[in-house]
Amino acid sequence: MKLFPRSVRRGIRVLLFSAISACPAVNSLHAANPIVVGSKKFTESYVLAEIAKRALENAGVKAEHRQGMGGTIILWQALRGGGIDVYPEYTGTITEEILKKPGASTDEIRRSLDTQGIGMTPDLGFNNTYALVMRRDIAAKLGIKTISDLRAHPELKFGLTHEFLDRRDGWRPLSTRYGLKNTRVLGIEHSLGYASLANGDIDVKDAYSTDAKIAQYNLVTLRDDWLFFPQYKAVLLFRKSLPQRAIKALNQLAGTISEARMIQLNAEAEHTKDYARAAQLYFGGHESSGGETFPHKLWRWTSRHLELTGISLALAVLIGVPLGILASRGGALGHVILGGSGAIQTIPSLALLALLVPVPFFGISARTAIAALFLYSLLPIVRNTASGLQDIPRPLRESAVVLGLTSRQRLQKIYLPLASRSILAGIKTSAVINIGTATLAALIGAGGLGEPIISGLNLNDHATILEGAIPAALLALLVQALFDFLDRVLIPRGLRLRRQ
Amino acid sequence: MSALVELRGVSKLFGNERAVSGLSLPVERDRVTVLIGPSGCGKSTVLRIIVGLEKADRGEILYNAQPITAASLRTVRQRIGYVIQDGGLFPHLTARENLSLQSALLAKPRSQISQRIDELCELTRLPKNALARYPLELSGGQRQRVSLMRALMLSPELLLLDEPFAALDPLVRSTLQSELKSIARQLHQTAIFVTHDLAEAARIGDTIVLMKEGRIEQAGTFRDLSEMPATKFVTEFINAQRSTLLT
Ligand SMILES: Nc1ncnc2c1ncn2[C@@H]1O[C@H](COP(=O)(O)OP(=O)(O)OP(=O)(O)O)[C@@H](O)[C@H]1O
Ligand SMILES: [Mg+2]
Repeated sequence: MKLFPRSVRRGIRVLLFSAISACPAVNSLHAANPIVVGSKKFTESYVLAEIAKRALENAGVKAEHRQGMGGTIILWQALRGGGIDVYPEYTGTITEEILKKPGASTDEIRRSLDTQGIGMTPDLGFNNTYALVMRRDIAAKLGIKTISDLRAHPELKFGLTHEFLDRRDGWRPLSTRYGLKNTRVLGIEHSLGYASLANGDIDVKDAYSTDAKIAQYNLVTLRDDWLFFPQYKAVLLFRKSLPQRAIKALNQLAGTISEARMIQLNAEAEHTKDYARAAQLYFGGHESSGGETFPHKLWRWTSRHLELTGISLALAVLIGVPLGILASRGGALGHVILGGSGAIQTIPSLALLALLVPVPFFGISARTAIAALFLYSLLPIVRNTASGLQDIPRPLRESAVVLGLTSRQRLQKIYLPLASRSILAGIKTSAVINIGTATLAALIGAGGLGEPIISGLNLNDHATILEGAIPAALLALLVQALFDFLDRVLIPRGLRLRRQ
Repeated sequence: MSALVELRGVSKLFGNERAVSGLSLPVERDRVTVLIGPSGCGKSTVLRIIVGLEKADRGEILYNAQPITAASLRTVRQRIGYVIQDGGLFPHLTARENLSLQSALLAKPRSQISQRIDELCELTRLPKNALARYPLELSGGQRQRVSLMRALMLSPELLLLDEPFAALDPLVRSTLQSELKSIARQLHQTAIFVTHDLAEAARIGDTIVLMKEGRIEQAGTFRDLSEMPATKFVTEFINAQRSTLLT
């Protein structure tokens, strides 16, 4: 007669809390941790992080690599907040973006970082500066060799990464310095940009000078003839609280990677789609890969994906249904609840993740992903609960009142069961949306099926993208089927008769 | 003997519309009082005011000579049975669950509940196998029988019926009318029965109250109304329905 018998409800509660406290990601900040090496979302960062991880392991320190967590700000915040312990960075980025002290010397950098408890290794041996690149054939035809040559061609179309567009040493100051008048400038994801260059959608894009794709796509680097770009020497940033042994192992990497070596490692990583293997190449190892098998990886991604969506959905049900009940009573409170959960929905999911990352409790962790997914799941549940309750015909409401049931009895025995179809439909909508949105969790290193999607995007490798996209789509279908089954169990039979 | 319920100078406005206008009505014990009158004259509103679904703008309602207060409303409701046109049965509960809901929540023993259901099945002639069905699996007549049973479960002092048979076909309707009449007799049931059908009123009512525009036009037995109409409206109302009375 009830929507959920008391025992089931208690069971759900117990399960939920034990699931949260057992969830390794949620607890990862408290556990006795391995050293966490983070990386940005591009091949070279992955490879350097992998090399750092190996170096730590070789020194007998437990380490793990959290891949492709985001851009500079996210990694820097994570390092300061202790979400990660090490990540590869470039001196130019440190002066321009992090410390905002353009032209600072290495000593000045070191001193500034020191005050924040962050250490920096000597440079690893190569300068990966920003560069503008074009297709070799087009550059030859137009006679463009340097960035200043671009001034004669304001019709060229630029496809620049979002980061480059926003940087203090990025597009705006560059175009001012060189007096570039190009108006056709659009923001495009780094790896996709190469494909766009190849098919002629754009003519010029930003790249890193050690990018293996420059050779692969037969591109030319335009010479920075007015020396606009600062030096981008690769270094590792680390928390000074790390054990001495670990710091020593990182420092030993200094000066060991030349520009040519880095291009080779990048090419290896992109060719084999395996960062670990590229790192192994650095350490002189061959084959012996030691990587996970695909079924194992798939299981790891899928179970994490389910963990993220399951916990966030359960929280959304526990909070959303009561909010929906309050909202169904209308009035100012109802407006605030429906308006508030509606407003959350309008924040782009990426922006919501980015907003949560700097918040102390959250940071780079599964918690952030769960919180964001939870917030997204609220609206369909709140709205469907409220409308399901409001749509109960007046005679039925009044019958319950006239029978002298208390308001609690009316809600439990009459109103919620009558609204169960609508409430479950809301939960189903949230669940299916959640499965899709959870792929973004990989952006902040929370794992899940987004992991292969994002590394595939970085490698411009469709097969890898599909390794995440297909299971995610299947999972959504499966969840849909599960809820169709739950409909039959949870919606009272008397209400389902209407359908026949 | 004092009235079980008494309305004194009760008025109810909906916006500018006077649904009930200064109405005074004693409802006597052990009798079926019928409220009749044209559509929109305020019959349903009177019942709704008594069970507290609407609040009177003016006047008072006495139950057992005590004014109904917010505090006493829930207990008063448990002594009233209320039946509406389409039954108001909860579609997610079987007939038996609909019947036992209220008693179960009042923690009545199971055996007592099912004994009461058996009694009422006999009284209303509901086939026992209908008890396991959901409202949507019942015929219209069976649904109204179950509604009536639900209203009678706690042996209410007062039974309110708002056009309970209006949606039924004439044969079933006529059967149910005579059954209701005999049930009321057997149980010495105090009831208010709303209808706009004069034949039904004549069959069921001990007292007939003819309403017009929120007021009482005349109250008395059917004979009083037809032989000594108080106003021209009473004559017209009775003449308009006389043909149906002959059938
Ligand atoms: N909730 C409401 N809001 C506004 N007006 C109402 C409301 N309920 C009833 N009324 C109005 O009050 C008047 C009396 O309505 P009531 O339902 O009591 O009539 P009735 O005698 O039962 O009519 P019928 O025989 O058609 O059921 C009608 O004019 C109706 O339009
Ligand atoms: Mg009515």
